[in-house]
Amino acid sequence: MAVSTAGSPSVSRRLSLAWLGLLPFFLFAFAFLIAPAASLLIGSFRDSQGALTFQNFLDLSTPSIRNAYWLSIRVSAVTAVVGGVFGFLLAYAVTQAGLPVWVRTGLITFCGVASNFAGVPLAFAFIRVLGRAGVISQMLKNDAGVDIYQLGFNLYSFEGLSLTYLYFQFPLMVLIMAPALDGLKREWREASANLGATSLQYWRLIALPILMPSILGTMILLFGNAFGAYATAFALTGGSLNLVTIQIGAQMRGDVLHNPGLGYALALGMVVIMGVALGLYIWLQRISERWLR
Amino acid sequence: MGFLDLINIRKTFGAADAVAEFNLEVERGEFVSFLGPSGCGKTTTLRMIAGFEPPTAGQIRINGVDVTSKSPNQRNVGMVFQSYALFPNMTVAGNVGFGMKVTRRPKEEIAARVKEMLALIRMPELDNRYPYQLSGGQQQRVALARALAIRPQVLLLDEPLSALDAKIRVELRGEIRRIQRELGITTIYVTHDQEEALSLSDRIVVMSAGHIEQIGGPFEIYNFPKTAFVASFVGTLNQLRCQVVDPAGGKLSLEGQTLLSNSPVSAAAGQPVLAMLRPEELHFGAANGENRLDGEVLSVVFLGAVVRVQVGIGSSVLTLDALNERRLTLPKVGDRQTVSFPPHAVWVMPAS
Amino acid sequence: MKKRTNFWGWFWVLLAMVYFLVPLVGTLEFSLEMLRGIRSFAAYQAVFDDPQFAETFLFSNQMALLTIIASLALFVPTAYWVHLRVPRWRPVVEFITLMPFVIPAIVLVFGMIKIYKNPVVIGPVMLLQAPTNSVLGTNALLVAGYVVLAMPYMYRAVDTGLRAMDVRTLTEAAQSLGAGWFTIIVRVILPNLRAALLSGALLTFAIVVGELTLANFLDRPAFGPYLWLLGQHRAYEPAALSIISFGLTWAALGMIYLVSRGRGGQAQVAGAR
Repeated sequence: MAVSTAGSPSVSRRLSLAWLGLLPFFLFAFAFLIAPAASLLIGSFRDSQGALTFQNFLDLSTPSIRNAYWLSIRVSAVTAVVGGVFGFLLAYAVTQAGLPVWVRTGLITFCGVASNFAGVPLAFAFIRVLGRAGVISQMLKNDAGVDIYQLGFNLYSFEGLSLTYLYFQFPLMVLIMAPALDGLKREWREASANLGATSLQYWRLIALPILMPSILGTMILLFGNAFGAYATAFALTGGSLNLVTIQIGAQMRGDVLHNPGLGYALALGMVVIMGVALGLYIWLQRISERWLR
Repeated sequence: MGFLDLINIRKTFGAADAVAEFNLEVERGEFVSFLGPSGCGKTTTLRMIAGFEPPTAGQIRINGVDVTSKSPNQRNVGMVFQSYALFPNMTVAGNVGFGMKVTRRPKEEIAARVKEMLALIRMPELDNRYPYQLSGGQQQRVALARALAIRPQVLLLDEPLSALDAKIRVELRGEIRRIQRELGITTIYVTHDQEEALSLSDRIVVMSAGHIEQIGGPFEIYNFPKTAFVASFVGTLNQLRCQVVDPAGGKLSLEGQTLLSNSPVSAAAGQPVLAMLRPEELHFGAANGENRLDGEVLSVVFLGAVVRVQVGIGSSVLTLDALNERRLTLPKVGDRQTVSFPPHAVWVMPAS
Repeated sequence: MKKRTNFWGWFWVLLAMVYFLVPLVGTLEFSLEMLRGIRSFAAYQAVFDDPQFAETFLFSNQMALLTIIASLALFVPTAYWVHLRVPRWRPVVEFITLMPFVIPAIVLVFGMIKIYKNPVVIGPVMLLQAPTNSVLGTNALLVAGYVVLAMPYMYRAVDTGLRAMDVRTLTEAAQSLGAGWFTIIVRVILPNLRAALLSGALLTFAIVVGELTLANFLDRPAFGPYLWLLGQHRAYEPAALSIISFGLTWAALGMIYLVSRGRGGQAQVAGAR
């Protein structure tokens, strides 16, 4: 099959048709990404009779839904910050603190696995360990006399969910920050020492500023990651925790909101929040790419 | 004792010596190059002066003070890296002023010094640019200004021009020398490019496999190399395998043809030796009082300013560089050709 | 440079390991306690004896395989075309591949069900029966959903692989020797992408097999829902399954690292969340 790329059609005609090669991709994206999203968008503007309305968006401020957003945002923010800070420290520990290479390889591999362990298995593991009858809970109660549930801890709550989410938030931070830390050129450290700076000054004036877009961007990624999570929360609490994703799931299983349009508005609200997060992430990535090149 | 002394420096990595028996005294204001192939230890030695590698043995003294155990940020030496290493999150002004900022100099002093340095490297209007907005040559000049801003005792440059285009390299080379002369700063320059070393330095340290082969001025290194390595590393070299005929008279035989060197030879008669000759000291045709060899033209390459001809003499090959002249008729491959050179152009080394 | 103190390094690593290993060890311990008093692999045995385990595991693997094939068939030519012919469309394509982040699984399945519970029509012309009414249709939706979920990672893997080879020059060389498009893709491009494709494939496998959200709402007999259902009725078997699942993910990722040894530090993160 002989094909000529240096074809005879005029250049302008060739340019305007070349995008057709992307058609399958665009069709797929349309059918399974854009259309579902658009459908939700459209649905959110309709009430139960199908007429156009803004009421659904106003109804988002009902207490139950407001609480759902608030809880989701809280969990996401907390796990983003905690996961971000400790994940960064962990990434720093394995890249810069002079530990043996096998520690780094082992940890990075483990992080890859841990971040994919999320969902049902992760929830079960935490229930086994920190649930009311969990191994650690029992051990603390029987051997140390400390009943964490008496003290107010509850795995099936905000604290418990956050603790569980961290299991895949830490690894995500480590996996992204380790290469970023590697991107800190050795010469920068040497040049700064050469010019008279201490280690602390190096970190404060050079390394952290350079890494900051990456750190912030990844924390935003972590936020989005937690905000959109469903399986882990569902497997952990069976739907009793009031999160946005859980509410959407409940709506899908039965019309609990008594108004499908409201459910769509809920989902749309979620997409908007994730969209803003993604926008910030992309912007911060651009800056960091420029500096770490 | 010089301004910068390296005394018996040795650096061992694992079982191997990267640098050994390194002794050097550098005078104040001198420009010294470390020249050698990759892996010869020149960069390692430079990094020891900067304090990034501790020597396994030996001492480093700057202006009489023993700095061997001092950390890099206490030595007040300025370093310019091959990859520029400008801090990407700071402007040019921020980079140049960094050394003074971390030693908490007053703001006005920093601003004045930055201005002075930018004028020195002839880039005064670029103070607000970021490194990613600059070309390679510009970045390296800023790196130079940054290293000089702290008024270092010694300036160290680690192959600063290798990452740049040929044309920029030549331009910047001149700039570096001009600035160095203007400031009178003691400078160590590491390079594998002999043209750089020859054109810039007051003295050159030729290194190989962690050892110093020879220390001397450019002319001396080029024309009076002490070892076969130096002779062949710097410039192009003819090495002719000859037999000694008369040691006292400096008479040698190359495949039946005689040639004279102008000093006695230390080997016995009948011994094989290497006669060393620079291609530019040879010329076509016979001349009075000069050595003469006859052979056949093997190749002729016209390089522009220089014509490089290879002449086969028996089984040896002689390379001859002639300066271009418009009236020149180039010899043809296969022609018989006579080549001559004065006796003082030859020096003799033992055949290893 | 003086060596920095290792104390803090070890401190953080050990602290992290405590946090990571406790749930795993706890689950492992628990999974061995099915027979009262003795440690045994009885729970594991029970899992393997359960016909539903084999059924759902097989189903999920089949879905994973279909997802991988569909992804490759869609993304490789697209990425190739972007590199070669339409680089100006690259930002658009890359934006689309980032969209699954904005539209997480739960929202995606919500939207998909809304549209596809009705027949697919263009005006008065019906193209398809309601996909959710048929097993084939629902499976197709499942695979499509998985392709979307895996897209950011799969596409990026292919894109990185293409970036590492000089696509334009290889194509021109092949064309000058007389090769047509199909030959070029199959015999020149794909072999050079082997490492990237393998990583992408293994990652997709890891995503699909444990996935819950899509499988649950599309009501498919997949491994994820099976895992969850088991957890509602039994205690020891889910623990054993968690360990097995962990082991499988470890194996898949271990293979990725072996295959793409030293090739860039990509964050390979995905999965049901």
